[in-house]
Amino acid sequence: MAAAATPSGASSGTDSQKTVVELGTATVRFCGDSGDGMQLAGTQLSTTSALFGNDVATFPDYPAEIRAPRGTKAGVSGFQVHFASTAIYTPGDQVDALVAMNPAALATNLADLVRGGILVVNQDAFDAKDINKAGYQSDPLQDQSLDNYQLFKVSMTKLTRAAVEGLELSVKEADRCRNFFAMGLVFWLYGRSMDATLRYIDEKFGKRPAIAEANRRALKTGYYYGETTEAFSSHYSVPRATLEPGTYRSIMGNTAVAWGLIAAAKSSDKDLFFGTYPITPASDILHELSKHKNFGVRTFQAEDEIAAVCSAIGAAFSGALGVTASSGPGIALKSEAIGLAVMTELPIIVINVQRGGPSTGLPTKTEQADLLQAIYGRNGECPLPVIAARSPADCFDAVQEAWRIASTFMVPVILLTDGYIANGSEPWKIPDAKSLPENKIQHPAGSSNGEKFLPYARDARLARPWAIPGTPGLMHRLGGLEKQDGTGNVSYEPENHQLMVDLRQKKVDNVAKEIPLQEVEGEENAKLLVLSWGGTYGACTTAVHRIIAEGGTVAHAHLRYLNPFPSNLGSLLKNYEKILIPELNMGQLDLLIRSRFLIDTFSFNKVQGKPFAISEIEEKIKELL
Amino acid sequence: MSTDTSLPILKASDFASDQEVRWCPGCGDYSILAQIKKILPTINVPRENTVFVSGIGCSSRFPYYMNTYGVHSIHGRAPAVATGIKTARPELNVWVITGDGDALSIGGNHLIHAIRRNLDINIILFNNQIYGLTKGQYSPTSPLGKVTKSTPMGTVDNPLHPLSIAIGCEGTFIARSIDVHTKHLSNVLSRAANHKGTAFVEVYQNCMVFNDEAFEYATERDTKFDTILELEHGKPLIFGKNRDKGIRLNGMDPEVVQLGKGISEDDLLFHDEKAPEPSLAYLLSRMSQPDFPEPIGVFRAVDRPRYEEEVDEQIEMAREQQGDGNLDTLFQTGDTWIVE
Ligand SMILES: Cc1ncc(C[n+]2csc(CCOP(=O)(O)OP(=O)(O)O)c2C)c(N)n1
Ligand code: SF4
Ligand SMILES: [Mg+2]
Repeated sequence: MAAAATPSGASSGTDSQKTVVELGTATVRFCGDSGDGMQLAGTQLSTTSALFGNDVATFPDYPAEIRAPRGTKAGVSGFQVHFASTAIYTPGDQVDALVAMNPAALATNLADLVRGGILVVNQDAFDAKDINKAGYQSDPLQDQSLDNYQLFKVSMTKLTRAAVEGLELSVKEADRCRNFFAMGLVFWLYGRSMDATLRYIDEKFGKRPAIAEANRRALKTGYYYGETTEAFSSHYSVPRATLEPGTYRSIMGNTAVAWGLIAAAKSSDKDLFFGTYPITPASDILHELSKHKNFGVRTFQAEDEIAAVCSAIGAAFSGALGVTASSGPGIALKSEAIGLAVMTELPIIVINVQRGGPSTGLPTKTEQADLLQAIYGRNGECPLPVIAARSPADCFDAVQEAWRIASTFMVPVILLTDGYIANGSEPWKIPDAKSLPENKIQHPAGSSNGEKFLPYARDARLARPWAIPGTPGLMHRLGGLEKQDGTGNVSYEPENHQLMVDLRQKKVDNVAKEIPLQEVEGEENAKLLVLSWGGTYGACTTAVHRIIAEGGTVAHAHLRYLNPFPSNLGSLLKNYEKILIPELNMGQLDLLIRSRFLIDTFSFNKVQGKPFAISEIEEKIKELL
Repeated sequence: MSTDTSLPILKASDFASDQEVRWCPGCGDYSILAQIKKILPTINVPRENTVFVSGIGCSSRFPYYMNTYGVHSIHGRAPAVATGIKTARPELNVWVITGDGDALSIGGNHLIHAIRRNLDINIILFNNQIYGLTKGQYSPTSPLGKVTKSTPMGTVDNPLHPLSIAIGCEGTFIARSIDVHTKHLSNVLSRAANHKGTAFVEVYQNCMVFNDEAFEYATERDTKFDTILELEHGKPLIFGKNRDKGIRLNGMDPEVVQLGKGISEDDLLFHDEKAPEPSLAYLLSRMSQPDFPEPIGVFRAVDRPRYEEEVDEQIEMAREQQGDGNLDTLFQTGDTWIVE
């Protein structure tokens, strides 16, 4: 086999006639029709870069319609990969290289390519009909409109078809290999090795040798095309990043949630029950968990979201780790039942992978507009803890933390993630299973002495005992009607209701005593604090780092705990003259902070279904400095 | 069985909780409560392994009155809660108590899916053809034209037949009884309790206050023999005070015939609760007053795999094929790299 690329800074071997330019960071986006395999191309580039040792962050962007009409802008699917020799926290604002498989993909993505950036197009896809469909008046490859970019017109369709000749594939099958050609070319361009992708092809298509061979050939043809043709005079290298020592893998947010749940179940010696109803962008949690039945995981695809959360409540009542996951519209359906979990004081985890709303909204796009829904979106005084994950890998820790709080305080906990971190990926330092925090759960033992069991007796935290069926002597009935404290019997007494409302609130307040104090990063004497939560972590952190690198004075606090807030948050905020709260909503955390701490703030909002660009936050910070 | 001897022998009263029962005096719910308490000691499941789950409605207060584990959940959702309990803990004996509004209006979706999954649970539907708890609006089983608080000019929407729905879902155990026919009721409940799979039982229940005498035809001495037909497996469909009337098939449709005059028992439709196809059960579920006597008893009792057993089996299979779940192995699957 021909040698795979030697991804070193110095140019060597057969490549010697081409110059190698070393870069600190590169952002590449593949885009094409939703059937063009762009998600796979992006995933392969990110795996390969991660394996090589870069820090990596990815951002898939795909249409809501599975098969929007071919060649239209609505059907364009993209996958962005950012890899670097230093720590990075986002998939990057603008892209350095754009691979566009058809005119529609070019039209919808060009705006994100840096001026002077590399633009690789499949010129075979630029026929009059598709150019027209993309809304161009004239062929962009022929007019002067792309003069500001390094344009590479490549006959990907023709070259791929030629490469797979003799394998007796249909034209359609042959064309399906084009994404491997594109991958090969990009791999060469950035000095990546083809090994991981070749391994992937073996695993994935091993049972269909002709297809496997076709993809192998397409990949290599793309690679050698870059190496041998005159078109590309230089290529690039992005050296390894210095990450903390350890074994790493690449992980997506939804996978990290699923694995975190499995770990949470293991470390608390519980069986995991996951009740859910499919919804973008949360379904992958179900897909992932359903593969791991050997951990005793029970996944239940319910008839709707109400059944899903109710089944999780039933599982929790019976002593399991009951979990449900959904996205905005599904969470709305669950609200009544979440109230039941608050009332029955049963520990469940409700995961909301937020997407653009309201209503069906933007199913495949990201947003943070369900924060107030999570904290307040139920009838009655119905408090519960709410926490948020900040990055794909962080979902692993966040969901275990949700379970620690739920099981120690006997309360449902909402974990907020979002479409951006759910589908995005980053390197994750694999923990040693033995090092995961243990969560010892005590169920009261049975009694036979006839002593009356009090299901709503309370411990120091105000948590009630989690007595489970099968335990003699502890038979009790739970329900949504107001309970008498202690006995749990139905009670309509005015004073008791006040007491119970107070108790449920105090119990949630008590969570603040058992979570870490809020930390601040950045300059000590800063007058401006950036206060963020959830998936905007990467953009905010990077923006703050950049400002500091340029000599600016700014600090950053990123919240994991949204209800209750860390106990030092109020006093901490008072140290700053200005507080900037960037959110992908119309100012929901901002509202909470203002009303809670009676302070002035600067709310910075964006609701376009897209994450913040680092530059947007940077500019905002500069404005306020 | 000899292993059962270690279990204390329980009485109906052992299943009563310390809570005062608060249904209206004379409510049919009392009788159903009494019969369930009576049969529970006979099925040899310890109280602590028994869970009653309900939704919202007069009938759904039921779990509070049982000295077992219980969940009084939210309106219509009891089958979903029960599904979670039974799937997570298959060894538990799980009962769902529901009303006609709870099960067939707001909870219709959960009901049909619970039945089709065939979890080993018992669903007892207290059908009083009215919304009791909310004080007398019509329900999805109220007969057409019924005048209620919310339908002063009579209902205009066609009622549902609970058993037809359950049979449409291919329920494996489908039965009907009547609150005041205590002996019949306890027999049906025992059979439901002993059935492996979802047992769906409709009980005609009198709501004294908002729909009194809705089932008078089925309970009054003068009329009940003509309006009710007791099903018995393998026996012809005969009814009437003198057991002189029967049901015969005419093409695809049932008809009432007088026995004698050239018609013998052999000409009648024979009940077969074990018929693999649910068509006979469906036909029976469609028979209603005033054209036909309404069958009570077991319409259908067949065997089909239980959801929770299948789930467990897959877990076992996964363990055999992949080995017991190991976190370190899981984290290391796929591509990893080492940073030194
Ligand atoms: C979400 C919701 N909607 C409405 C109600 C009001 N509600 C309580 S019980 C009930 C109807 C009960 O009728 P049924 O199920 O027939 O029970 P019954 O009282 O007749 O036993 C209604 C509408 C409620 N509790 N929750
Ligand atoms: S209102 Fe009707 S159903 Fe409800 S308790 Fe009274 S009699 Fe029974
Ligand atoms: Mg009713």
